[in-house]
Amino acid sequence: MQNLLVDYLPLVLFIGLSAVIGLALMIAPFVVAHQNPDPEKLSAYECGFNAFDDARMKFDVRFYLVAILFIIFDLEVAFLFPWAVALKDVGAFGFWSMMVFLGVLTIGFVYEWRKGALEWD
Amino acid sequence: MNTVISPVPALGPALPEIVLAIASLGLVLLGAIRGDGAKRLIDWIAILALVVAGFILLEGQGRVSTFNDAFVVDGFARAMKTLTIIGSIAAILMSSRFLTELKIARFEYTVLILLSTIGMMMMCSANELISLYLGVELQSLALYVVAAIHRDDAKSSEAGLKYFVLGALSSGMLLYGMSLVYGFTGSVTFPTIAKAVTGGHGSGVMIGLVFIVAGLAFKMSVVPFHMWTPDVYEGAPTPVAAFFATAPKMAAVAMTTRILIDAFLPIVKDWQPIIAFAAIASMVLGAFAAIAQSNIKRLMAYSSIGNMGYALVGLAAGTVQGVEGVVIFMTTYLAMTLGVFAVILAMQTGGKRVETVADLAGASRTSPALAFVMAALMFSLIGIPPLAGFFGKFYVFAAAIEAKLFVLAVIGIVASVVSAFYYLRLVKVMYFDAPAPAFQVAPLEIRGVMYAAAAFVIVFAVIANPIRTMAAAAAKSLF
Repeated sequence: MQNLLVDYLPLVLFIGLSAVIGLALMIAPFVVAHQNPDPEKLSAYECGFNAFDDARMKFDVRFYLVAILFIIFDLEVAFLFPWAVALKDVGAFGFWSMMVFLGVLTIGFVYEWRKGALEWD
Repeated sequence: MNTVISPVPALGPALPEIVLAIASLGLVLLGAIRGDGAKRLIDWIAILALVVAGFILLEGQGRVSTFNDAFVVDGFARAMKTLTIIGSIAAILMSSRFLTELKIARFEYTVLILLSTIGMMMMCSANELISLYLGVELQSLALYVVAAIHRDDAKSSEAGLKYFVLGALSSGMLLYGMSLVYGFTGSVTFPTIAKAVTGGHGSGVMIGLVFIVAGLAFKMSVVPFHMWTPDVYEGAPTPVAAFFATAPKMAAVAMTTRILIDAFLPIVKDWQPIIAFAAIASMVLGAFAAIAQSNIKRLMAYSSIGNMGYALVGLAAGTVQGVEGVVIFMTTYLAMTLGVFAVILAMQTGGKRVETVADLAGASRTSPALAFVMAALMFSLIGIPPLAGFFGKFYVFAAAIEAKLFVLAVIGIVASVVSAFYYLRLVKVMYFDAPAPAFQVAPLEIRGVMYAAAAFVIVFAVIANPIRTMAAAAAKSLF
């Protein structure tokens, strides 16, 4: 039990250190920075214009669709890298697992293409 | 460096799931290329795939496992998977005309049912926490979408959203409990957990167990985690509600039984009170809350909550007889629920669908066959011999009494008597009230499910012995 906890000591140090650095950077501006606010400094800045509308505007739902499709194929690449590096070690099972995974993704890709998810209008 | 190349595991035990997975992927392609016009073809291919998977499943013998023992097929898994497959076939059969009428006949519905069925079959076979969670998620993610399949309808969207939020919450609780159990026992596989908890365990395992049971209770919709059920059943299209009330319940009860028996049987004294409490609360709430319902779908939601309570009575016993009772009870529950939902789907007057109790008024004169089927199902749900419902309740209560859980059995029987009120009210409305507008003749597939369920319920007494033998063999395979 003791050894197990000692193994985690670097992790605790790391968490503590990152907390200290993070907090220091956030608190320091309040302490050392020169603060002299006026209404113009506090107002929203939009390339010299007054703000056109509220920041909470509605987004076209298609942005989300594109974002989600992007994430799927981004993850595919994230899986492919370690797999490619370790291909010698994972053997036939690893190879075919990835082929099945790619096959499933490809079918999903055909589906979204045919459904028109890739067209903007 | 010493590397271990893992060989390709034996795929034989998982062949039914693989068949369904290949079928669903193929159907996605077919649907994407041919469009929703191919819905009928896709429906029939899906049903064929389910039947094939069922036959492959029943071909197997004994206990086989694969994927490092993460996936196990034994008598219990076979029994529960068969029930799940029957529920899924009925859901596809009964939906096609309904969805066409609502103009939501998308081929995705069928594919999603197939995908969730794969998830459910994995839940029945999961022998470790990770594969159990994968099964739960595969099932749930497909079901969230199916609940909201009528996306232009506010109620259906609400049902989908509610189910999604609460389902995600329950998955989170399940995962949290699993992480605690893993942390305190050092293993995710059920047999190893059972070894680790034998002869004393820390409070961490106990907290983990409570969280796992809470997550499972959500999936089975037992009190106090039942809130989503009535809204989802009412909001979702009726065939979807029929599906929700049958197949996922089979899988949820199966995985709860397996995890509690296989992994936590040594600490049965610790989980028995939790399950007993959930059982009592579900039976009582199911009995009393349904009294005030005028919508039959909502009424059936409360009825299903109560019925899950009865199933848990058998599980609470924690004995072979208890699990045997659970298997028999779930078999009868599947038939009765499918039958009642088929009757609801047959309730159509002048091209309009109706689903309140008042619409059934005088059905004995306007559509005698439908009224007879409904009456038989209601008497069976009450548990009147010699109908199927009696045997289901008899075996779970007998197991509870044998395990000396007298309070549980007595409360169960009292709740059963109370619930007789609203079941009998439906019979009274059909047989003694002035007729409401007559129903149109229902489509063939709806009538088929209706009559099959009624026939099963009525002749159950004759086939009770072979079913009991099968259930006993299934239960023994767990211990």
